Amino acid sequence: MTTDVAVPPALPPGPPGGGARPRSRFSVPGGTALGVGSAVLYLSLIVLIPLAVVAWRSVDQGPGYFWRAVTTPDAWAALTLTVGASILVALINLVMGTIIAWVLVRDRFPGKAVVDTLIDLPFALPTIVAGLVLLSLYGPESPLGLNLAYSRAGVVLALLFVTLPFVVRTVQPVLLELDKEMEQAAASLGASPFQTFRRIILPNLVPAMLSGTALAFTRSIAEFGSTVLISGNLPFKTQVAAVNIFSQIEGDNTTGAAAISTVLLVVALVALVSLDLLQRWGSRRG
Amino acid sequence: MAIEVRDVNKSFGTTPVLRDVSIDVESGSLTALLGPSGGGKSTLLRVIAGLEQPDTGTVRISGVDATRLAPQRRNVGFVFQHYAAFKHLTVFRNVAFGLEIRKRPKDEIRKRVMELLELVHLEQMADRYPSQLSGGQRQRMALARALAVEPEVLLLDEPFGALDAQVRKELRTWLRRLHDEVHVTTVFVTHDQEEAIEVADTIVVLADGEVEQVGSPAEVYDNPANPFVMRFLGPVTEIGGSLVRPHDIEISTEPVEGGTAATVSRVVRLGFEVRVELQVEGRDAWVQVTRGFADQLALKSGDVVSVRPTPGARSLVLATV
Repeated sequence: MTTDVAVPPALPPGPPGGGARPRSRFSVPGGTALGVGSAVLYLSLIVLIPLAVVAWRSVDQGPGYFWRAVTTPDAWAALTLTVGASILVALINLVMGTIIAWVLVRDRFPGKAVVDTLIDLPFALPTIVAGLVLLSLYGPESPLGLNLAYSRAGVVLALLFVTLPFVVRTVQPVLLELDKEMEQAAASLGASPFQTFRRIILPNLVPAMLSGTALAFTRSIAEFGSTVLISGNLPFKTQVAAVNIFSQIEGDNTTGAAAISTVLLVVALVALVSLDLLQRWGSRRG
Repeated sequence: MAIEVRDVNKSFGTTPVLRDVSIDVESGSLTALLGPSGGGKSTLLRVIAGLEQPDTGTVRISGVDATRLAPQRRNVGFVFQHYAAFKHLTVFRNVAFGLEIRKRPKDEIRKRVMELLELVHLEQMADRYPSQLSGGQRQRMALARALAVEPEVLLLDEPFGALDAQVRKELRTWLRRLHDEVHVTTVFVTHDQEEAIEVADTIVVLADGEVEQVGSPAEVYDNPANPFVMRFLGPVTEIGGSLVRPHDIEISTEPVEGGTAATVSRVVRLGFEVRVELQVEGRDAWVQVTRGFADQLALKSGDVVSVRPTPGARSLVLATV
């Protein structure tokens, strides 16, 4: 690259520096078909076929039945509670997760390594254990005198606990990789620390923050184990969708269970797809 | 003086990086901070920019004590080796950044940015993102971005260090021309003596955190203050206990007055120049001669010759250990 291909020859001779880098595609001959084939097969067996079956089961007694199953008062209450609590939880963790990631990357304090490891605990812990821990800490016999058992606040608390790692763990590596010289360049151009954060750092973190939030949200709407103990499963009050599905199956209403499952599935898909669209729209850069 | 650095000391932990460094940079000049890696030249540049704080000493920019001033308030333009491009902003917005921070009117920003992009020949690239540019283009964008705020001094930290050799050579010629056009006081860091000699008006040689010599390229090349500077600025060889440039040595097949006897160990032809490798008093030395001269002498390995520095050649007597 010795000539500036991007500047038309009609212009006066430009400075050197070469043209834009050609984008090359890396490909292994013959490997593509095999790779795509196994990926699709695996994805079908593990994800697509089971999901299709659920969707199919939900409408095998007609769309009217599907609608009635979803809008029974207890199912509808469980669904709105789940989606509402999940949105709230995702937003709280968006903020708190980003702050925690920031502290873990940019600050130095004793015990940082321990805290860094602890972040993953909600991932590693069986969720029912998390539920038990939360119940003994915030239950009727709370040593803190804070009883959140059988309340919606308890549900939110449980969801916050299990979804904490998502935003932290998606933002942390991006923040680590972030070019510190960008911030220094901004400073030398006159930007205050706050302006540098808002104009330089934040825009570079937003994609990671959004995908962490989407993961936290989708995980929340499906959560069962951690909420089942502390919520007390009071229909119309604290029963979440996953628990409602479980009770439908116990009551031998498989079609109804499948219908609610399908709604959750669609909500999750919509969340993921709109996030993806948002990111594509926001990052036309290569 | 655009920049006055006085008695600056700086340590990272227990390692001293700058030791009693004092330099003056004249307004409108193009100064190179030259030295080996780890010599403290980048640190000095960052101290001037306010990106590092000196432990002791002062930095004055345009007569104002800037030692404790935040980088935001020094009005310096800084160009980084790895461009430090704002990845999420277009080329236009990158260059406009400093002006947007200063809340200049939109029309004025647009006009100024387009002027600068023209100056660095990137006007066609205004709407691209940095990732769509080559290294050389990114560095030109970074330069335009730094110039946008009309800095009192422009500081460049190994600006061409990440580019390949060809682009580097072309860009440094271009930087010299740009400086002749813009006249902003410029200090750049380099470890490449050829780059410093070709581009700068003044060279500051830094090694081990200390200023070894300050002078014009010709001065530091022809009158090096010490063996280190002489070695760093160009090729040297040792004859008769003195450090001499290999092109400043006469070689003859007959014994000459003041000459030292030497045995030719190898004759290497490198295009227009010929490198004659010698054994002088049991030590290796070499002499650079033209091809015509070498042919005339018909040197071959094993020949005994006489060598001496050309009259008027600069040489440094090495202290005997």
